[in-house]
Amino acid sequence: MNPAEPAPQSTRTHCPYCALQCAMHLDTGPQGRLSARPADFPTNRGGLCRKGWTSAEVLTVPDRLTSPLLRKDRTSEFTEVDWDTALDHVADRILALRAESGPDTVSVFGSGGLTNEKSYALGKFARLALGTSQIDYNGRFCMSSAAAGGMRAFGLDRGMPFPLTDVGSAEVVLLAGANPAETMPPMMGHLSAPALIVIDPRRTATAQVALDNGGLHLAPRPGTDLALALSLLHAVRARGWVDEDYVAERTSGFDQAWEHAAAWWPEHAELTTGVPATQIRAAADLLGRAARARSAYVLTGRGTEQHAKGTDTVSAWINLSLALGLPGRPGSGYGCITGQGNGQGGREHGQKADQLPGYRRIDDPEARRHVAGVWGVHPDTLPGPGRSAFELLDALGTPGGPRAMLLFGSNPVVSAPDSERVRSRLCDLDLLVAADFVLSETAALADVVLPVAQWAEESGTMTNLEGRVLRRRRAVPPPEGVRTDLEVLSALAVRLGQPAERFPTDPDTVLAELGAASAGGAADYSGVTPERLASEEALHWPVRVGQEPTPRLFLDSFAHPDGRARFVAVAHRPPAEEPDGDHPLIATTGRLMGHYQSGAQTRRVPELHGAEPEVYVQVHPDTAARAGLGAGDLARITSRRGRTTARVRLDPTARLDTVFLPFHYAGAQSANNLTHPALDPTSRMPEFKVSAVRLEPAPTAPGTP
Amino acid sequence: MSTVQSASPRRIVVVGNGMVGARFAEEVARLDPDGERVHVTVVGAEHHRAYNRVLLSGVVAGEYTPDQISLPMPDTPGVNVRLGVAATGLDTAERRVDLDDGTHLTYDELVLATGARAAFPPITGVTAPDGRPGEGVTALRDLADCERLLALARPGAPVVVLGGGVLGLEAARGLVGRGARVCVVESSPWIMRRQIDQDAARTLARCYEDLGVSVHSWRVASRWIPGTGLELDDGRVLPGDALVVTAGVRGNTELATGAGIEVEHGVVVDDCLATSDSRVHAIGDCAQHPGGGAGLVQPGWEQASVLARRLTGQAPQARYTGARPLTRLKAEGIELTAFGLVQEEDLGPETETVTVSDPHGRRYAKLAVRRERVVGAVLLGFPQAAANLSQLYDTGAPVPADRLALLQGLPVAPQEDPQAAPALVCRCNAVSREDIEQAWLDGARTRETIAERTRATTGCGGCVRDVNALLAGMEGGRSAEPVG
Repeated sequence: MNPAEPAPQSTRTHCPYCALQCAMHLDTGPQGRLSARPADFPTNRGGLCRKGWTSAEVLTVPDRLTSPLLRKDRTSEFTEVDWDTALDHVADRILALRAESGPDTVSVFGSGGLTNEKSYALGKFARLALGTSQIDYNGRFCMSSAAAGGMRAFGLDRGMPFPLTDVGSAEVVLLAGANPAETMPPMMGHLSAPALIVIDPRRTATAQVALDNGGLHLAPRPGTDLALALSLLHAVRARGWVDEDYVAERTSGFDQAWEHAAAWWPEHAELTTGVPATQIRAAADLLGRAARARSAYVLTGRGTEQHAKGTDTVSAWINLSLALGLPGRPGSGYGCITGQGNGQGGREHGQKADQLPGYRRIDDPEARRHVAGVWGVHPDTLPGPGRSAFELLDALGTPGGPRAMLLFGSNPVVSAPDSERVRSRLCDLDLLVAADFVLSETAALADVVLPVAQWAEESGTMTNLEGRVLRRRRAVPPPEGVRTDLEVLSALAVRLGQPAERFPTDPDTVLAELGAASAGGAADYSGVTPERLASEEALHWPVRVGQEPTPRLFLDSFAHPDGRARFVAVAHRPPAEEPDGDHPLIATTGRLMGHYQSGAQTRRVPELHGAEPEVYVQVHPDTAARAGLGAGDLARITSRRGRTTARVRLDPTARLDTVFLPFHYAGAQSANNLTHPALDPTSRMPEFKVSAVRLEPAPTAPGTP
Repeated sequence: MSTVQSASPRRIVVVGNGMVGARFAEEVARLDPDGERVHVTVVGAEHHRAYNRVLLSGVVAGEYTPDQISLPMPDTPGVNVRLGVAATGLDTAERRVDLDDGTHLTYDELVLATGARAAFPPITGVTAPDGRPGEGVTALRDLADCERLLALARPGAPVVVLGGGVLGLEAARGLVGRGARVCVVESSPWIMRRQIDQDAARTLARCYEDLGVSVHSWRVASRWIPGTGLELDDGRVLPGDALVVTAGVRGNTELATGAGIEVEHGVVVDDCLATSDSRVHAIGDCAQHPGGGAGLVQPGWEQASVLARRLTGQAPQARYTGARPLTRLKAEGIELTAFGLVQEEDLGPETETVTVSDPHGRRYAKLAVRRERVVGAVLLGFPQAAANLSQLYDTGAPVPADRLALLQGLPVAPQEDPQAAPALVCRCNAVSREDIEQAWLDGARTRETIAERTRATTGCGGCVRDVNALLAGMEGGRSAEPVG
């Protein structure tokens, strides 16, 4: 077929993967098979990455589940059963466990990949139908540090409080721990004009773009970004780039924040971070000059956030932005680059342990009263805050911890830190229920697997990385035997004694209810209607009923009661684990262009799988040689928690002390076998990015431990 | 009243509110935020809050105002700081520190963080008869020195720096940046004699001369003539409105000496940072540990951290086992790092050295390696290598095989990777040049149609130029074909 010819039938929607939410056309081809091609849209500007181009193939993967699976005990095989049998079983077990151990014995684990409607319904289901406080989601592993940092500084967290298109006209963009050239390639279209300052331990594709276009690459030792950010603030002040008027008029707390930065003069930071003092000063000058012209952005990504001090590190980057006068002004700002497709909306509507819809806090009596009113229940019936994601996973099956878990759209056996520990917790549950479209590594451990619809088989809304609410449209009906998550929640809720009308299955009905529940909250969606979505209006939240959306936040004031942004006094501290004689290297993890998250989707797309079929470890040639390894050899990487077998790729630009592994793979190839579960005290983000490891040749017979 | 009480916090007195004493208090505040374990009283003779002495040369250079170099002041119930009070006596039997305001403090544990003061060489005019600095003379140890110097070193004024060590050279750089005309006099054969070798010093001196600073090494001063300048032993007089004395320091050990505690050139401490009296500890510039490190702030901060962990009981087993002192000159436009063994006489037969000397380019590098570990380096004008080597030295990690590449701060030469894939035009969509040529042969003549067929350019967009160039090339190739 010539793709230039108009397709017989085409649906305009958005990509199933990351938070860029590229627009695409899904064209129906011969035999009803769909294929994707890019559509014009501000974030992707007519582009798509490899994952997007091949996304329609995920709809027809050969191992698609079309019937519920059930087993009475974990040692037996799954049997295909009908929906009533499966749902009755789940409901009966939930009721029995609840009768024995109370409502908090049933837990829920959600996802930043779920639509707003599902995220909202899942939170409501947990609080009302299960009566449990034990709900959290995988976004805790993703956006929580940035969200907490943004909240502290601005009183509100919207990843990018400005449209992405604003960034393209800036003179300078600093990217801290972000590698969009690999993780969201179409975003690079917005970064071709600005000079880039890339902060990354690795010479990533993005770092290379920075160098090729007259920018800078600062490569700190993993775990020292906070010291580097403090040092940049130090250099910015010493070199006269602080916007004193802005600091005086629009912020508070500069002096206290400065005291910590004062200890990080560039030569001192150089020894800790490995970044030459001259580069720190050059970056300060490049950024400072652009800030003076009100034309600079600071953006953070997971590389700087996924640490046990991730929130403080984000605060340090925000402090730098505030000192330069960037946030809350047209043409400049601070933002985080949200990762998961609905990582933004997913953190706003109640699937977090401490949260109710509209970015409300569950411990706020006024928030409880409002949401309970929308739900038609008494506020006292709502549970309080529960455990955060890793703490929840780590409590499963322990005395006092939940005995059951319902899992939606997540694969924590691959994506959570210290995989072996998470696997053993899940195995200790009395009941594990997974709603998924394939038998993911985590679903394979379950008692009941519920086959659910995916992305193009149902409609809903997503909120992209700039806080814009988008319509995701249904292009094909789900395969026979498959239900939507909303249908599953409704059917279970009814079995648990809830009125059916409280759990509607029509996404737009849920959207309307979400709008009411979020009304008056920070993330107010009350003005998001199917009509406005259909008109392609740029609905950046808050979108109040009958009012204009909010493309740029904070232009007049920040969201704290006094209207000022807050500097947060943060100090550097070492990572949870430092290398030693037994584990002399640092392992850091990240993403590949062709894979997404746990790989449950992308490893099933032949083109993507074929390009990167197995995990690799990227190593400096000297470090590899010292370990007796050459290019293409199988290496064993061992941390204090576990080990991973990976093929060696030599990278002469790598730091000598650091190896890199992509985390999209499972089992013996899982990078998260190595990672450290130390948690950030504020965001509860695990320390994904720094583990002390040893590198050695893998035992000769592949697969043997 | 109940006879059983919760234990009251132990009393720690810290003498000295400099960088190390203040850091000790900060570490205690972090380890014991509620003041349940210990109660710390810091006494500081200066009336200022603790400040970052390392940045005084930056104040001279105009990079900071004095209030910008303050250090964080702990705000926890367990830490109390008394400013403007000096300790005058120590009675270890009574566990008592006498203060100059007539009061005293008793302690369970005492921490001496009294630092060091400038040593004034016995040169006529440098010291007044009352022992204070002579007219126009100042050290550069505290904010008061800094203010005095800035009053003397007006733009265009001649200033002499006596002592070409790290502090002297940093001060010289700051002063010349402020518009002073600066001479540096060093009595050793070369500047930074303790840290760098002679060839490095020669190139470093040229860096300074480029800035207009004249460097006089291997020269002894004979007399300071106020209002005129510094007379050298060869009779020359270097003009100077001010003389900055940066000729070494002497530990403030009087309190310890008076109490009968063992003192050599500093207060002698062991790996527990205890002195000969086990309840008295010493950290920072006043302390003398077998592992060295006095005179640099990083070892002092490590000592503060170790001692705070010990004395709060958070890590009673913590030990300080010595420093790997590293010198990093803070001088705008001059990137100098030095550490470890670099003098020829110290490098034994087992040591390999790599030396790059480029006086014209004002660069010099010397790397000393023993058993695949960096044991010393001087790096002038090699900022990336300096950062890399500092970390290799600090962590004791092995050095890479390609030492020249390491010095140049370059990636090692890439090896042939047997698995390497063919080069791609569009990396995002894995489109090769052959794919694009095939699409062209199939009739795609524009970038848009190439994109539709191959997906090239639709990812990050970084290959648009390359695809256009390929198209132009193929177009040119076709028109060049003979018509027929």
